Amino acid sequence: MNTRYTAFGAALLATTALTASAVSAETLRWARAAEALTLDPHSQNEGPTTTLMHQIYEPLIIRNMEGEMEPALATSWEPSADDGNVWVFTLREGVTFHGGEEFDSADVVFSLNRAMSETSNFKELLSSVSEVRAAGPYTVEIVTDGPNPLLPNNLTNIMMMDEGWAMANGAEAVQDYAAGEDTFSARNTNGTGPYVLTSREADVRTVLTANSDYWGVGEFPLAVTEIVFTPIQNPATRVAALLTGEVDFIQDVPVQDLARVEEADGMGLATAPQNRNIFFGLNVGAEDLGNDNVEGANPFADVRVREAMNIAINRDAIQQVVMRGQSDPTGAMLPPPVAGWTEELEEYPAYDIEAANALMEEAGYGDGFEVQLDCPNDRYINDEAICQAAVGMFAQIGITVNLSALPRAQHFPLIANGETDFYLLGWGVPTYDSEYVFNFLYHTRTEGRGSWNGTGFSDPEMDEMIVALSSETDLDVRDAAVAELWAMAEEARIYLPIHHQVLNWGISDDWSTVVDADDQVKFKYFEAD
Amino acid sequence: MLSYILRRVFQSVLVLLVVGLVAFAMFRFVGDPVDTMLGQERTMQDIERLRESLGLNKPFFIQYWDFLVRAVQGDLGISYRQGRPVAEIIAERLPATLELAAVSGAFALIFGIVFGIFTAIRRDGFAANAIMTLSLIGVSLPTFLIGILLIYVFAVELRWLPSFGRGDVVDLGWWSTGFLTQSGLVALILPSITLGLYQMTLIMRLVRSEMLEVMRQDYIRFARARGLKDRAIHFRHALKNTLVPVITVTGLQLGSIIAFAIITETVFQWPGVGLLFINAIQFVDIPVMAAYLMLISVMFVAINLIVDLLYVAIDPRLRTDGKGA
Repeated sequence: MNTRYTAFGAALLATTALTASAVSAETLRWARAAEALTLDPHSQNEGPTTTLMHQIYEPLIIRNMEGEMEPALATSWEPSADDGNVWVFTLREGVTFHGGEEFDSADVVFSLNRAMSETSNFKELLSSVSEVRAAGPYTVEIVTDGPNPLLPNNLTNIMMMDEGWAMANGAEAVQDYAAGEDTFSARNTNGTGPYVLTSREADVRTVLTANSDYWGVGEFPLAVTEIVFTPIQNPATRVAALLTGEVDFIQDVPVQDLARVEEADGMGLATAPQNRNIFFGLNVGAEDLGNDNVEGANPFADVRVREAMNIAINRDAIQQVVMRGQSDPTGAMLPPPVAGWTEELEEYPAYDIEAANALMEEAGYGDGFEVQLDCPNDRYINDEAICQAAVGMFAQIGITVNLSALPRAQHFPLIANGETDFYLLGWGVPTYDSEYVFNFLYHTRTEGRGSWNGTGFSDPEMDEMIVALSSETDLDVRDAAVAELWAMAEEARIYLPIHHQVLNWGISDDWSTVVDADDQVKFKYFEAD
Repeated sequence: MLSYILRRVFQSVLVLLVVGLVAFAMFRFVGDPVDTMLGQERTMQDIERLRESLGLNKPFFIQYWDFLVRAVQGDLGISYRQGRPVAEIIAERLPATLELAAVSGAFALIFGIVFGIFTAIRRDGFAANAIMTLSLIGVSLPTFLIGILLIYVFAVELRWLPSFGRGDVVDLGWWSTGFLTQSGLVALILPSITLGLYQMTLIMRLVRSEMLEVMRQDYIRFARARGLKDRAIHFRHALKNTLVPVITVTGLQLGSIIAFAIITETVFQWPGVGLLFINAIQFVDIPVMAAYLMLISVMFVAINLIVDLLYVAIDPRLRTDGKGA
């Protein structure tokens, strides 16, 4: 009996010693609400998954924490002198994967083709690519079906895998859920990135250690030598973990806890505007709305009603009361870092109930009407509260809004299936270009485009101009077209912008970083204080 | 006896099948998994393709049938969220939940009985009244609030205990345990109290009222008249007779401790099956939801079956088929 207790005590001591030594000064313990869904870099095009992938794998071109494009596995890229439909990428030499394999053009051809395959979630970003070919061991040519000046923008999240490793392990194909089996690449990694995966237990703990053979040693701070990632879903627990020092860095501080984190010793907040817009969408296309009390007509089809609603939203009140100052009210349908954004677009109309009521009167809805607003309650910062505030504002111009707040898994299908007349949506622009917004939110809904346009809006002239954007090589002409499209979009007023979200990272004083507008942390840029 | 057991087993299987059917009928109201599985850049074509290949366009009873056919072959499918076999994920998560349930069950039982006896014996004492009042708080406060309150006091303010997670675990191959490391044991304290508090107050009140009832019985009075010591009366005579209903209730509550660990696990980021289930709901991960619900119903049905059979073993009056069949 006694010996057993001694052995138990010894085991206890040993494990305590182990844990104590494992946490050294260079270890950064990181928590956020969401977990990465898979380790396959081409399977899920979704924020938290991409963030984890960025530590392990690398794209040809990377966006640094300031949002600027920077060479990663490609050192330079330019349109081919002979053929306007071809982009030529020169690759970095002497790069090896974590498994020791050498990186060359065959890997790029393989990875891009993999990302373009049917079951990849990244294929839409590469929809203009018709062929990828190796023009030498360190040169790759990407052929597009027409000139595509913005192709490099679409490559910043497309990770490079080793062809030989993937082939040897049967991981050529991206995870296919319907096939009923998991793929090797969903559990194992082999990238060229600054960190190597040491252990992973999904939803519990993922440990990454610095890659000593990383090509960027000396070029980047690389102050973090070990990353311990734990998802903590409950916001109160997440903040508590930061306050107690059990984690060093959390990516999503709830707005009500900002002051606590700011005032606490040994930690602070890093804040920046996020690349994400929050807005209402209106069903303008239907003959008659399914969720209103107006028979035989669609009040939203009248632009005067839409304008009235636009000036009935008190954006400043939403910012101050609902968001506690943590948002940038806007009249624009795109965040500031995106090409095509102007200060004129950003300006939002003054809150004016009288003018709004006059417009409603003019449109023949002086007595108002009743309509349902569909709102997510677990997707954006205070999403449901924004909708609640809006209900009161629209009531002032006679519109009785019935709020229906649902979890995201039920809310987004309403937009996809065209079952909502009035909805809240948020939109980030990962390519940093207006074309992305036009493609998904303004183009007529077809098989390939307009998949997030739940408004029923369709303007053949705009569609034509949107399609033409993708192959316009003259940047001045393109900029003019973008400006014209935004003018047309303003006039159409199918969306009512509310604000841009603001990101708040809570971080221990031992570390410092710039806040990435896409909420994509790249730990190689972190500096020790 | 045999035919009774067979009948009960048959009824249990029927209950399981109905639970599954209801679950599958409900899944469509949880949302659409396709939207969370495809990224922001999905087209209408992608949505249609994935729905088709996952069989989500089929009526729910056909989806249920497909699930059953695969499940009896031992294949629970692939998680939509993690892309790994469901059986493997559940096997990985079950130890965390079972250890938490065992510790909070033990906590509830020990403290429940001790406090129950104490409040029954010292009925009008100050301490007994204080415990009774506090237990009222334990019953009426929702679990997540108790959890957050405990985190605030013991983790944030006092810095005694960790606020989340399971600490370091030792992997025994088929079982990962937190019992063998200091951080693992320390991490168990707050979640166990949170999860076991309600059961503890329940047991405490049960013991107290049973004890008070027994103390009024004639044989206790006679025992006193015989001049027995208080200690002997309380523990040898009274307590023994209060334990029968306590054991029954505890057994039945064990199932609910495991099933209702969901909230505690979410608050403490405890990596058990409850947290897995919450994530599955948010993602509309149908294979995981289906497997979890089946697992929980198997557990409840099994516990009830065992309790029923025990009753029969204990009480001969229940053996209705004793003569005829």
